[in-house]
Amino acid sequence: MKKDYQRPIDFKTGRIDMNHGAGGRAAAQLIEELFARAFDNHYLRQGNDGAALPAPAELLEGGRLVMACDGHVVSPIFFPGGDLGALAVHGTVNDVAMLGARPLYLSASFIIEEGYPLADLQRVVQSMAAASREAGVPVVTGDTKVVEKGKGDGVFIATTGVGVLPRGRDIGGANARPGDVVLLSGSIGDHGVAVLSKRESLEFETTIESDSAALHGLVAAMLAAAPEGSVHVLRDPTRGGLATTLNEIARQSGVGIRLEEAAIPVKPQVDAACELLGLDPLYVANEGKLVAMVAPEAAEAVLAAMRAHPLGAEAARIGSVVADEHRFVQMATRFGGQRVVDWLSGEQLPRIC
Amino acid sequence: MKYVDEFRNGDLARGIAARIAAEVQPGRRYSFMEFCGGHTHALSRYGITELLPDGVRMIHGPGCPVCVLPIGRIDLAIGLALERGAIVCTYGDTMRVPASQGLSLIKAKARGGDIRMVYSAADALKIAAANPTREVVFLAIGFETTTPPTALAIRAAKAQGLANFSVLACHVLTPSAITHILESAEVREFGSVPIDGFVGPAHVSIVIGSAPYEHFAEEYRKPVVIAGFEPLDVMQAILMLVRQVNEGRAEVENQFTRAVTREGNLAAQKLVAEVFELRSSFEWRGLGEVPYSALQIRPAYAQFDAERRFGLAYRPVADHKNCECGAILRGVKRPADCKLFGTVCTPESPMGSCMVSNEGACAAHYAYGRFRDVAVVVPA
Amino acid sequence: MVERLDGDQALVDLAGVRKPVSLALVPDAAVGDYVIVHVGHAIGRLDAAEAERTLALFGELAGGEPAAAPAIPA
Repeated sequence: MKKDYQRPIDFKTGRIDMNHGAGGRAAAQLIEELFARAFDNHYLRQGNDGAALPAPAELLEGGRLVMACDGHVVSPIFFPGGDLGALAVHGTVNDVAMLGARPLYLSASFIIEEGYPLADLQRVVQSMAAASREAGVPVVTGDTKVVEKGKGDGVFIATTGVGVLPRGRDIGGANARPGDVVLLSGSIGDHGVAVLSKRESLEFETTIESDSAALHGLVAAMLAAAPEGSVHVLRDPTRGGLATTLNEIARQSGVGIRLEEAAIPVKPQVDAACELLGLDPLYVANEGKLVAMVAPEAAEAVLAAMRAHPLGAEAARIGSVVADEHRFVQMATRFGGQRVVDWLSGEQLPRIC
Repeated sequence: MKYVDEFRNGDLARGIAARIAAEVQPGRRYSFMEFCGGHTHALSRYGITELLPDGVRMIHGPGCPVCVLPIGRIDLAIGLALERGAIVCTYGDTMRVPASQGLSLIKAKARGGDIRMVYSAADALKIAAANPTREVVFLAIGFETTTPPTALAIRAAKAQGLANFSVLACHVLTPSAITHILESAEVREFGSVPIDGFVGPAHVSIVIGSAPYEHFAEEYRKPVVIAGFEPLDVMQAILMLVRQVNEGRAEVENQFTRAVTREGNLAAQKLVAEVFELRSSFEWRGLGEVPYSALQIRPAYAQFDAERRFGLAYRPVADHKNCECGAILRGVKRPADCKLFGTVCTPESPMGSCMVSNEGACAAHYAYGRFRDVAVVVPA
Repeated sequence: MVERLDGDQALVDLAGVRKPVSLALVPDAAVGDYVIVHVGHAIGRLDAAEAERTLALFGELAGGEPAAAPAIPA
């Protein structure tokens, strides 16, 4: 018998079992053959439970550290244009980027349900690793747990991201000011429709794909295009859609927002799908878009920078920030009337009447 | 989107709005009631109210089937889930309607009730077929538009020989709702809230046709204009109503000619008649007991009637004493008139059903119209 | 409606997006017809000629010319 021979994991037909989470040999093998191999970087190779990270230059120059975290539970796990793994990277990288910070490192915690097919797990992990590499943000530490069958929906991923802010930069939801211009980086509703369409057996001529993407490059381009301090707010409209994000900002900043419906980009097929499903695109999740509130004198330059970037090609000016003690988000409809765009109540439920 | 976008054209809207403004008689007030969820939604989502002249007021009637569903019926459904272990399936909005003991279907779900949201009655059938050892009950609500799909499901259940599927029928009838409003004390009383005309529902009329409304026009001398559910349809219908009022006419007119005929969808009507029959009386939230206003399942399909199957006894439950849903549904009070509106009663914690469905008058006002209660300056 | 499927089902198309719906309530709908869909069922056919007439009427009303009330098959 060969010394130290270990049969490689059967990724084709194998399934996660309780051994994989027990911390023993099976667990170590899973980490080595799947996670470490996929994410492979200097930190993971140390083989420790944590990573020792160098202080980034901006920090040494008086900047600040940024940390953000996310739990990812999307179902179905694989959908047109993405999957849970890629989403996990994009979501947390974006949270860091929305503060105007440079994302540096990610951690990933996997909670896997007993019986989950290893082939699917491998696909998710490899996709996550690819997204991480493409974004240039390595997963430097992680953890794996297995829960009994019935106690988890396949796999959940929790990520934490660390980034750094240059000295003096302060971008946040409370910074919108009356007069600011509201910019949107592209069409809304793509992700939510892509995920829902699978469930609702919708077919598309050209498949609607999730817009899941890492936005830190776009953010960097925007910040470089105008004097420091011109961009007041950045946020990505994920769950609850654009409407929810704008209401959050209005509330945090104590302002009102006025929108032009005609200026908000929606792909015709997303529009049609929402029509068929009884949904309002304003409330549908996006995973690769951002909204920005920018000082009026810088708006042109920032918008041009967005349009020049592949992830902002359809960027548009969709409205402005106004003084409003009631913090209403109001919209001039394409039809010519006015409506308030309120918070979402509970889940968005398709209308029946 | 063909036959969708054209009916949402903003330029045409402005033109029709100008027409309405031109034809409204100065100093005269017009109050029109719409009781179709689709119309409430269209008015809100497209901001049509802004385009109407001051003298025209739109009143939301009891066109939201979720809103008129009484607490007692939700209690029955919750009981089936929590006490009888049935899988209870229903449309989304129904899940949030507040019931007794601070519960709702969504809260009962959190307590362990197997309660599932479905998009159609057919989905409930699929769940029954997939879970042969469990009882599956479909909480069927809605006006004449959703009734045919329920009838189809019951007929299919019989054909498939499903032994575990039943329906808790709460389907209600539109003409009865209108009659009840016209008969209600406040409306009859001269000088109270006069309703000058009705905007007839879109989808319901596709099914029942325009004939059933002729009775109202004749007997109560109120014009009815059946309108499509796109915003331009609604605006044209309002114009037609203004004209009828100005000319002293009380007729049934059909604006929705592209989809509504006088007889309606006979295939659907026949199907419904096969499976359902009239109930002698049914409680409507806010309106009390209304005769011949709802449907129950015929004896031939008794095994699919959840009320018979589980021996359910209906117990009416009163609304919160400050809840004005009843008056609001009848069009005599506005959401802002309710003491609970916007404070205790919000979409997140609804006290009454008008706040639950986004076609409820209160929810629509909260989401889209609240800004009109306060002086908000809209920049030019 | 673009295609009949098994049983009562058919595929409808809105701006290139397709969805299966039940035709049980509109059994005589044919490929090429427009239908009005609600809770997963087609509940009625849309008469294209009437649709065009209604649109034309909107145009007239909006254009500020005196227009007669539409033909009423009420």
